[in-house]
Amino acid sequence: MSTWNDPPGGFHSVSAPDYLPRPQLAGVQLQRLQSVVTRAYDRVALFRSRMQERGLTPASIASLADIARLPFTVKTDLRDTYPFGLFASPMEEIVRLHASSGTTGKPIVVAYTQADLDVWSEVMVRSFAACGIHRGDVIQNAYGYGLFTGGLGMHYGGEMLGATVIPISGGNTERQLMVMADFGVTALCCTPSYFLHLLESAKEMKIDFSRLRVGVFGAEPWSDSMRDRIEQESSIKAYDIYGLSEIIGPGVGVECSEQRGLHIFEDHFYPEIIDPETGDVLPDGSEGELVLTTLSKEAMPMIRYRTRDVTSIIAEPCACGRTLRRIRRIGRRSDDMFIIRGVNVFPSQVETALLRVEGTLPHYQIVLTREVGLDQMEVKVEVTPEVFSDEIRKLEALQHQLEASIENILGLRVKVTLVEPRTLARSEGKARRVTDLRNV
Amino acid sequence: MKLQQLSLFMENKPGSLRAPCEALAAAGIDLLTMSLADTSSFGILRFIVRDPERARQVLESAGMVARVSEVVTVEVENKPGGLAKVLAAIDAAGLGVEYMYDFGAASRGGKAAIIFRFEDPDAALAVLQAAGVRVMSSEELLSDGKA
Ligand SMILES: [Zn+2]
Repeated sequence: MSTWNDPPGGFHSVSAPDYLPRPQLAGVQLQRLQSVVTRAYDRVALFRSRMQERGLTPASIASLADIARLPFTVKTDLRDTYPFGLFASPMEEIVRLHASSGTTGKPIVVAYTQADLDVWSEVMVRSFAACGIHRGDVIQNAYGYGLFTGGLGMHYGGEMLGATVIPISGGNTERQLMVMADFGVTALCCTPSYFLHLLESAKEMKIDFSRLRVGVFGAEPWSDSMRDRIEQESSIKAYDIYGLSEIIGPGVGVECSEQRGLHIFEDHFYPEIIDPETGDVLPDGSEGELVLTTLSKEAMPMIRYRTRDVTSIIAEPCACGRTLRRIRRIGRRSDDMFIIRGVNVFPSQVETALLRVEGTLPHYQIVLTREVGLDQMEVKVEVTPEVFSDEIRKLEALQHQLEASIENILGLRVKVTLVEPRTLARSEGKARRVTDLRNV
Repeated sequence: MKLQQLSLFMENKPGSLRAPCEALAAAGIDLLTMSLADTSSFGILRFIVRDPERARQVLESAGMVARVSEVVTVEVENKPGGLAKVLAAIDAAGLGVEYMYDFGAASRGGKAAIIFRFEDPDAALAVLQAAGVRVMSSEELLSDGKA
């Protein structure tokens, strides 16, 4: 590991697996797949019983293609086995727990052994390297530190890279800008919408951060046009990074200097694209739901985890020379979950909040917008005879109660707007509860 | 002595006043007086009609949310200090006024009619009568064809 601190601008030896010839990579993948399936079969009851239902044993995996015979894992499996039901390591070997928001009050818990943390740092180092960050860079990490995987994942990756890491965490725009200018920050990690907000504020406060060279942006969907805007207004290179707590956190995949799709670190995370309706595996190039299998995870192996993210695999070689396949940037999800300011939100959570206040569920609609680079969530709620009052004060109090109830469940400030009855669209079957106007 | 008032929820957007007015007009219902209260996002239209229950049904069948509430109409001398005198009595009794507006039937022999929405209309009635403030009956307010 000492060889990871390669000279600035040079080749990072830690990135060597990025360039493995495909046949050699496939060999590594199969060997790791067999061992992770064995581990999950031996140690995780849910996985074992699902394998047995299909008449499978770990020996059934003779080739990489056999992965398609394995059962899927879905987010509700994590919730149903809360908190530790999917762990494959005894607590004495688990050195870290993280948690993310789920659809109910209970979070989803993920666990790491020391070896898992090492893999996480390794893929983060490879991610930073792919973005052109190296020893000598000053990384300002504005992802939230805590139960969310964004902060610590980036942090340890940056340190292992040998860069200087500033663990500033999220929020406090003025301090972010002061630190950025005074500490000579060259690389910034945050959500893309927060960076746009920083840019606006920097203009107002006339703060110069011309030393900033690279942005590593993730935790929410963003588009190429947003990248164009960021790169024009700031003269930095803006890279998309992908990850999810269930798999490891940030560092599952990242863009390279080509900025044409995100390389997946396939030696640790095996990607498949499936038809979200039938579950069938689709060939490279077809759009579908991304399914990931952790090939080296110890504490909490994820076998064919359905990410609900919609993308396609780009199998063509990349001009950067990496042999790792890429996925197209993720613009939408196959279910109704959406991500706002790094928080996963399900409409069902909003329903719970509305029900708590009103007693019955009113018609509602969620509208997502991006104002001054910050994602905003508005919930339009139809007024019912039950809650209507002839007094402004009482209706405003209702608005505030609804806002507080939603904030209480999501941990997000939202705006509630009361609207006239029968004004929100009703649709047969799949109701369009979420209108995403963020143009990503 | 109490008067029935109809309130209607409206979004604060162009054209939202028109729909209820048209629905009432189609049903041949006269608006005797009305008042609009609003915030930046929504408004409440309050109005008096002769048959509030029928008006409510008309509005609800047109897909609107309306409710009937009780207000108290007070006779006020139409001269400087007239309203202040009534408000002083209300203040002295510690009555909470949610809102108030003019009935709009301008001159009734030098008197004006002011509609009050109290937190507790019954308690307000007793206090006003004890203070010698004349509370107007719905008959005299609604039967006046010119109102
Ligand atoms: Zn590349």
